[in-house]
Amino acid sequence: MAEPHQHQPVHRALGLTDDELTAIEAVLGREPNHLELAMYSVMWSEHCSYKSSRVHLRRLPTEGARVLVGPGENAGVVDAGDGIAVAIRIESHNHPSAIEPHQGAATGVGGILRDIFTMGARPLAVMDPLFFGPPDDARQRWLVEGVVAGISSYGNSVGVPTVGGELTFDPGYAQNPLVNVLCLGALPVERLVLGRASGTGNLAVLLGSRTGRDGIGGVSVLASAGFSEAAADDTKRPSVQVGDPFEEKRLIEACLALLDEGLVVGIQDLGGAGLACATSETAARGRVGMDVDVTAVPRREEGMTPWEVMTSESQERMLAIVTPDNWPAVAAVCRKWEVRATVVGRVTDPVHEPGSVEPVGRLRIRDGIDGAVLADVPAASLADDAPLYRRPLAVPADLEVRRQDDPGDEPPGDCGAELLSLLADPSWVYRQYDHQLFLNTVVGPGGDAALLRLAGPGLPPSHRGIAVTTDSAPRWCALDPRTGTAAVVAEAVANLACVGARAVAVVNCLNFGNPEHPEVMWQLSEAIDGMTAACTALELPVIGGNVSLYNESGGADIDPTPVIGALGLVEELAARPPGIGWTAGSTVLLVGPRRAGPATASAAGPSPGTPAADPFPLGGSRWAIECRGHRGGVVAPVDLAAHRRVVDLVAGLVAETVAGGGGLLTGVHDVAGGGLAVALAEMAVGAEVGVRIDGVEGHAELFTEIGSRFVVATERPDEVADRAEAAGVPVTRLGTAGGDRLVVDGLVDLSLAAVAGEWRDALPHRLEGPAAQEA
Amino acid sequence: MAGGARVTAARVGVVVFPGTNCEHDAVSALTSLGGQAELVWHTAERLEGFDAVVLPGGFAHGDYLRPGAIARFAPVMGAVSRFAAAGGPVVGICNGFQVLTEAGLLPGALQKNAALRFLCAPAALRVTSSRSVLTAGVPVGTELMVPINHFSGSYVCDAATLEELRAEDRIVLRYVENPNGSVDDIAAVANAAGNVVGLMPHPERAVSELLGSADGAVLLRALLASAAGERAA
Repeated sequence: MAEPHQHQPVHRALGLTDDELTAIEAVLGREPNHLELAMYSVMWSEHCSYKSSRVHLRRLPTEGARVLVGPGENAGVVDAGDGIAVAIRIESHNHPSAIEPHQGAATGVGGILRDIFTMGARPLAVMDPLFFGPPDDARQRWLVEGVVAGISSYGNSVGVPTVGGELTFDPGYAQNPLVNVLCLGALPVERLVLGRASGTGNLAVLLGSRTGRDGIGGVSVLASAGFSEAAADDTKRPSVQVGDPFEEKRLIEACLALLDEGLVVGIQDLGGAGLACATSETAARGRVGMDVDVTAVPRREEGMTPWEVMTSESQERMLAIVTPDNWPAVAAVCRKWEVRATVVGRVTDPVHEPGSVEPVGRLRIRDGIDGAVLADVPAASLADDAPLYRRPLAVPADLEVRRQDDPGDEPPGDCGAELLSLLADPSWVYRQYDHQLFLNTVVGPGGDAALLRLAGPGLPPSHRGIAVTTDSAPRWCALDPRTGTAAVVAEAVANLACVGARAVAVVNCLNFGNPEHPEVMWQLSEAIDGMTAACTALELPVIGGNVSLYNESGGADIDPTPVIGALGLVEELAARPPGIGWTAGSTVLLVGPRRAGPATASAAGPSPGTPAADPFPLGGSRWAIECRGHRGGVVAPVDLAAHRRVVDLVAGLVAETVAGGGGLLTGVHDVAGGGLAVALAEMAVGAEVGVRIDGVEGHAELFTEIGSRFVVATERPDEVADRAEAAGVPVTRLGTAGGDRLVVDGLVDLSLAAVAGEWRDALPHRLEGPAAQEA
Repeated sequence: MAGGARVTAARVGVVVFPGTNCEHDAVSALTSLGGQAELVWHTAERLEGFDAVVLPGGFAHGDYLRPGAIARFAPVMGAVSRFAAAGGPVVGICNGFQVLTEAGLLPGALQKNAALRFLCAPAALRVTSSRSVLTAGVPVGTELMVPINHFSGSYVCDAATLEELRAEDRIVLRYVENPNGSVDDIAAVANAAGNVVGLMPHPERAVSELLGSADGAVLLRALLASAAGERAA
């Protein structure tokens, strides 16, 4: 969108509806001018205002004893103990990555880092859940290569390790890939800062890159509309920003130095909606006004109009609020780090206005700091007064038919061959990411969860550890978004338990289709209810989130894809956890229910009217979808009370090892995608030791994805059984580790070499072809 | 030497260019091994008082133009050259190695990896010379597991230089399995005097079993011992 089209009203070209224009006129008491309209169009976009999702998001539990900052700020923050706070946030950069995968993914990383250091935290780790179409054509491979290279080039260069993520291939993402980015950082508790302006006469200082024409309308044109028939809309490419990790690296160091020295009153990153967002949000949060001299903003090119300057999404910029006395010291820090710093505005008093109870802080855009007023709006009206939509909800018409179509009726096949087809080592992706910087990574990508030392430059010493994971299961959510989302939360907590951590908070990235489709709004509402049920039962506050809607192309919505990022704590981190493996001779146990139970009062599902529980449900399983192309059926219910008992037991057992006490386990892995079969295979490959399993009833038991289950290995099975009995957790003996074959009696008999080879080569072969691999 | 009756910790200057990102890790690792490490900003023109200098990894000046191509013009590099000429131990890790080759303190160059992708992975190394400040006292043939983390880590040099490096026993470390296409599996080289060493692997990332390997400590201890020897001399 270089210029609005001639043939339609300006507000519609900017993505505003007629009703929204009327609402703006009511706020202003007059018609908005073009600059004002441009600012409202970006701030009231779906991406910035959450206008379709806010009424639902309010249901999420957000409070907990450790929560220092909940949703609504740049990042959620929890107290990790020892005087250290941890900030965490997750975001999507889906549409930019669909159009320009390298820059789209790179700027996704850049944007989330700024959200973290805005809080005063040094970014310490990134995770990237990625969703693409099957990489069997050149275009998908271009997307995968580009996104991974973008994350790699930006994250590695800016100096933040990428410690994990997820990689999902499904035809539903072929035209609309998903690129989510989670970042966590840490800070001394007392350095916590919030993005607000205060103090009349204080200076608004723009730090970092000059402002260009890149990314104009990114939040409105790009993020808040679906894609049309074309694979991706090339005309939208100018709405993708271009990143510069070297600029960001200097910006991080300069901002952390400014915060260390106490030189700023408030600080806010510039991301979506650019200066319009940063100025209005800081003023609104501080209940003050702000005058902005648009001519003072350093520019990359000549001839930019005020609305382009105010809505540009040029990367690597921050807005700091500084007292006039501190300005020379701020300028000196920025000079050292070669970061541009320019006074572009000043904080003004809120003014009493007829009809308003409280004084109103006005955001005025001026031509020179004392020059003509080009725009004059209540700051809070941009930041907080976007319309709230209660969009209609409708159960998808085909849902009941899909649920009745159960893959339990599929005949058994060659379980060994099917298992091999489900294995993939993701190291092709994560070896391109620096995952070790800061010397914190005890368990990196490829583990159930990342386990990090709680340490970093400028932090007080601590023996604690933090664990983080991202999880999703769109294949479950497509059949039952409520149960599926609850199960994803449960799986995230289980992954943390595998490295000995207890979950303390979650963030979410809700990737859904077009909110103007009632079925999509139903999915979103159900997912939020499932998350609410799980987080309430597990006492997990939701401390931040991001909603990405309009993930559709050619009228088809993606499967509902809520991604959960979970943060866990380890009290004492002195040794490595047992990990995905075992020792020869270890007894292999299944901890948790062997069969699916009926839904209980605390369960999040299934919805009423679904068939009676199958002991080994396969609905939504990787086996059903990837081996049989069967997407129907019923998702296994989640018993949240029982889940809590299982994860507490496993987290406790692993924590004994991690604290340096030896512990009872020689290996641990949660049972997730691909079921018991994949869990056993991954443990055998990890250990380079085979296993012999008996007593598995059939292919359904082998591949079911019933939650709340772990495979553990131990040389002291009686003690583990005693501990489980005391905790009220069922345990089943599966077999013994040893030898060089993976044997499940009567179902699977494969050489370990074949399993390891298939696991190792699957992804490189799909992405590069066998020839490239051998070269 | 370390082990003497009154030992003051070797003082190591860790050079920071804008874009360097392994400086805190280097300081932390050296300190944990008994060294005394401090950061030196790239505009510094003097290195007096240091017993050794480390150029850590990262992306100095964003690796723009070419890794190390801009950093070599920093004021501190004049001081590093003089420090090296006077026999002081200088070690460049990863991006630091690239800077040293660009500055002409080490021969050869680092090109993009053969697979044209960034590679972060553990690498098995073999010590192939004990004639350097990084491997003094470490027996030839010692195998070490140390992570690599680079896009441009494929060591290249002309045939004459390679002959010279071999003849003068200046190939300090070799990869057991070549991960990046480096000529002659070279992971680290030294100057003729053995006091300037560049290596692509990150020994500071391997100083604790908690993080997966403590093998890098073998190299950093040797450096600290060389530095302490420098102080005594």
